[in-house]
Amino acid sequence: MLSFLFIAAAEAAEAGEAAGLPQLDSSTWASQLVWLAITFGVLYWLMSSIFLPRIGAAIEERRDRIADDLDKAAESRRQAEEAEAAFNRALADARAKAQAVTAEAREEVNAEIDAMRKNAEQSIAAKSAAAEERIANLRESAGARVKEAARDTTRAVVEALIHETPTDAVVEAAVAKAAKA
Amino acid sequence: MIDAAFRSLRAAGPMEQFEILPIVPLTLGGLDISFTNSALWMTIGVGLTIAFFYAATRRRTLIPGRTQSIAEILHEFVANLVRDTIGHDGKKFFPYVFTLFIFILVANYVGLLPSIPGSPHEIHTFTTTSHIIVTFALAMVTISIVLIYGFAKNGLKFFKLFAPSGLPIWLMPILVPIEVISFLSRPISLGVRLFANMLAGHIILKLFAGFVIALLGAGGFASVLAIAPFLGSIAIFLLEFLVAALQAYVFAILTCIYLSDAAHAADH
Repeated sequence: MLSFLFIAAAEAAEAGEAAGLPQLDSSTWASQLVWLAITFGVLYWLMSSIFLPRIGAAIEERRDRIADDLDKAAESRRQAEEAEAAFNRALADARAKAQAVTAEAREEVNAEIDAMRKNAEQSIAAKSAAAEERIANLRESAGARVKEAARDTTRAVVEALIHETPTDAVVEAAVAKAAKA
Repeated sequence: MIDAAFRSLRAAGPMEQFEILPIVPLTLGGLDISFTNSALWMTIGVGLTIAFFYAATRRRTLIPGRTQSIAEILHEFVANLVRDTIGHDGKKFFPYVFTLFIFILVANYVGLLPSIPGSPHEIHTFTTTSHIIVTFALAMVTISIVLIYGFAKNGLKFFKLFAPSGLPIWLMPILVPIEVISFLSRPISLGVRLFANMLAGHIILKLFAGFVIALLGAGGFASVLAIAPFLGSIAIFLLEFLVAALQAYVFAILTCIYLSDAAHAADH
């Protein structure tokens, strides 16, 4: 079986040797060179004038586009950052304003409260002064009335006792003497 | 049936896949320039490439589709390669390096396609880069550009490539011949590297595949053994898949390095 293999291989090799390497048959060289020149030439011409410029242009275009887009993205980012800064500034302004308004309002209210308190105090003071005056008046008038009553009583008592009407001056002196006592 | 398998094995030796067969016989001034199976597969490879790049660049969108993405990745890949090795001067060589890379890459890959079963031998899958004349011609184009551009840009200072400045005088007689020989061997090594890789890979693929058929044909226990070369041919195929891309890359990067020498010869 194996010997068959050797025979087959030997026969194959012999056939090759007998024909010689087809590569060394110089009668085919001219034809190969001509058709190589034609096919390679056509391929080179199409590649260099059509296909490669097209592919190169497509790659270049994409590269440009990507660079453009990156620039645009950077620009957008810058704008966003600017907008954020402006927003923060506006926010800080608004906060300061709000604080100012609050402080003002508080002051106004305080002033109003102060004014009202002052008014109230004034009116209370006025009322208490009036009341005190009235009390003083009342006290005065009460003293006078007591004296009057005392005089009348004195007069009545004297009249009842001695059936004589005392003079006003005497009554007055007697009442004053009694009041002092 | 087994007899037929034997016969096809004998007819289809490992070298049969490299035979050049005319499809449309043509002559020009006594030269045979027939449209052959090699020309057919060059045309198929270039045709597929053009169809792909046409589809990829027909509607160019900001957000690329699948084909456009692949075309752009290839473009960037080769553009970076050229920029990194040659520098600023590399821009004018970009279309050439790109065409070279794509041409070899596609030729290597269409060569790995399976043939249509039962189709005539003329249209069996053929690897155009497995022929030394093709790879050597491509290498010579690169070296010609190096020479023409090198002398146009640097004038006679191009020869400084062989005698770097700062080299001690006593080293000159040793180093200059070495540099000259290495420069002259560049087109050969460049061409042979690609050719030999493709040739060896396809011979090994064919041999493994031949063993599978031979063992299956032997019948009995030998048929069971056929699994080994079968797995082997899968492994070799995967390796060839890598080699196809790698050799196209190597060819392109060496072209860039040689062009870089031409661009910067005066600075040496």
